[in-house]
Amino acid sequence: MHAIAGVLGGDDEGEAAGSLLVDGQQPESARGRVGLLLQDPDSQVVLARVGDDVAFGLENLRVPRHEIWPRVTEALDAVGLDLPLDHPTSALSGGQKQRLALAGVLAMRPGLLLLDEPTANLDPGGVLEVRDAVARVLERTDATLVVIEHRVETWWNLVDRVIVLAPGGGVLADGSPDDVLATSGAVLAASGIWVPGHLPAVPARRSTTGVELVHTDGLSVARNRRAVVYSGIDLAVHAGQCVAVTGPNGVGKSTLGLTIAGLLKPAAGAVRAPWLADGLDPQPHSWRSRELVTRIGTVFQDPEHQFVAATVRAELAVGARAIGLDDAETDRRVDELLERLRLAPLADANPFTLSGGEKRRLSVATVLVTRPPLLVLDEPTFGQDSRTWAELVALLSGLLDAGSGVVAVTHDTAFVDALADERYGMVRMPHPESAR
Amino acid sequence: MSVLTPPTGTQAIYRVNPVAKLAAAAIISLALVLSIDWVSGAVALAAEAVLFLFAGLTLRQFVVRTSPVWIASLFAAITILLYGEPSGTSYWQFLLINVSDGSIELAIATMLRVLAIGLPAVVLFVTVDPTDLADGLAQVVRLPSRFVLGALGGLRLVGLFIDDWKSLELARRARGIADTGRLRRFAGQAFALLVLSIRRGSKLATAMEARGFGASNDRTWARESRMGWPEAAVVAAGAATGCIAVSASIAAGEWNFIVGG
Repeated sequence: MHAIAGVLGGDDEGEAAGSLLVDGQQPESARGRVGLLLQDPDSQVVLARVGDDVAFGLENLRVPRHEIWPRVTEALDAVGLDLPLDHPTSALSGGQKQRLALAGVLAMRPGLLLLDEPTANLDPGGVLEVRDAVARVLERTDATLVVIEHRVETWWNLVDRVIVLAPGGGVLADGSPDDVLATSGAVLAASGIWVPGHLPAVPARRSTTGVELVHTDGLSVARNRRAVVYSGIDLAVHAGQCVAVTGPNGVGKSTLGLTIAGLLKPAAGAVRAPWLADGLDPQPHSWRSRELVTRIGTVFQDPEHQFVAATVRAELAVGARAIGLDDAETDRRVDELLERLRLAPLADANPFTLSGGEKRRLSVATVLVTRPPLLVLDEPTFGQDSRTWAELVALLSGLLDAGSGVVAVTHDTAFVDALADERYGMVRMPHPESAR
Repeated sequence: MSVLTPPTGTQAIYRVNPVAKLAAAAIISLALVLSIDWVSGAVALAAEAVLFLFAGLTLRQFVVRTSPVWIASLFAAITILLYGEPSGTSYWQFLLINVSDGSIELAIATMLRVLAIGLPAVVLFVTVDPTDLADGLAQVVRLPSRFVLGALGGLRLVGLFIDDWKSLELARRARGIADTGRLRRFAGQAFALLVLSIRRGSKLATAMEARGFGASNDRTWARESRMGWPEAAVVAAGAATGCIAVSASIAAGEWNFIVGG
């Protein structure tokens, strides 16, 4: 993908074989003919104002000033982004940022649009926003679209041809969407692709609820004291119960999760966990770090944020050592988790070098080593292929049946359907200036 | 409010090219670092006090934004007062401390000088939008656009780094290792942040390159960065402040040129 766009590194950064030409030229000299939209909304916004950001590519292509602004307005209109040109880009939602990036690409009037999992980081509303914007663009221009995606359902009705690449090289399937689905749908689903009509099997849950693990009283949550993002939260989590926290990006889901997990201090109201406290003050944020890990385990949205050791094995041992387990017990627990989460062959690898699915499995395992009765998961299935997804759901389902409580912050509806006993839906608060 | 979105207002000062503000602050600083005497500092400060009325800040904003300068000037003055070169009557002595006529005068001069240089620099830059500054630096000062825009793009990531740092900190607490070893943890966190920031940076670079950035410094600009009468007025005000301060000091016979002085 990056090779077609001409942004692949030079010879010193890897090897290239075969040839690739855009309009009969080397891609590096055909910049502007090919527009590339990447996955991460945060890393694609270049400038601080909406209009400037769209104009950025045009300036680089040496478009004269009097042509720039009409093309900027036209591109913003094409993606349906109706905002003032000096609107700050930092105030946009994920879906808006992706549409802005798309507008920036469109303004350059490319003949070929390359989209690299453009909706992977978005909530369901944002996914539709971007999909519809792309559809509108295809109607208006005669550009060619190439999209890379493992949640293929989003683009199914928009594409004419599907090519499935095999791991390690080669092509698994190639044809019209319906043909590919009919001939090799099951094979593709088994290799981890999200294929319509072939969703992963979900284990049956035994719904038995036990003791109350944690509850909130009129809780207000905030990242820092001055900016309360959400208030009036009353919810409870029992043993064996999964509570899903849902809502649009930026509404304060993660902040709520981190507050229940005892990592952020409530802005008002309280989080109480008397049963978990077991003699300590009932408010989790008052517990010491090593008292927290045996009571509540938190899995962060970005696994890399929680990695602290140089190997997978050492990473798993961190929690065990923090609570003072001896070597024999530590090894026993670590070995068991390595097996259970299929990480044993990677025991000596550096956590930062793992694949996305492996990182996710490791970040869950690091939390399980201290056996906390309550788990708080922030977007656990974010960007995972269907195989890792199914494994995670099975693992969590087992933990729930064994009596753990789970709070999952998520916008994955399949995940909510599979596991959640209760759903706490968050809606946008009326005063937007306090939301980030 | 983030690094890239300064307070906005309708006053004329917000529309003045940042390059002119940079020049005015530079002229005042240059005039005042040439001598250490209390007259030039006091006169410059008085002239600036009048100019601050046009700075486009409320009193509250002024106090909050310039508070570091006030604190810095106070500390500088106390240090000089206690340890400055003694001369004249000595009032209090203790070990290396010697408060004398000379050190009192020097302390006052230093405090006035730090304020006279620091305040206008802060006040002028509070109303600078980094985007406009980049436009000005590349188009008026003609710095290489690759350099200027690269820095501007990077500046946008600062906010993300702050978020990353907070997440890293919370994650350490969640892992059970936040009770002890603060120094070691800090080093580990700094390293993790470095890894994350290199990744973010290279992603941003790819996105910029995909939009045709970096092939050469030759590009057009969507917005012209202009130098006109308002800019000339700001630079002139800076030059006038410097001139009046230096003249008054020379006239009063207090001017002591630092080189060889």
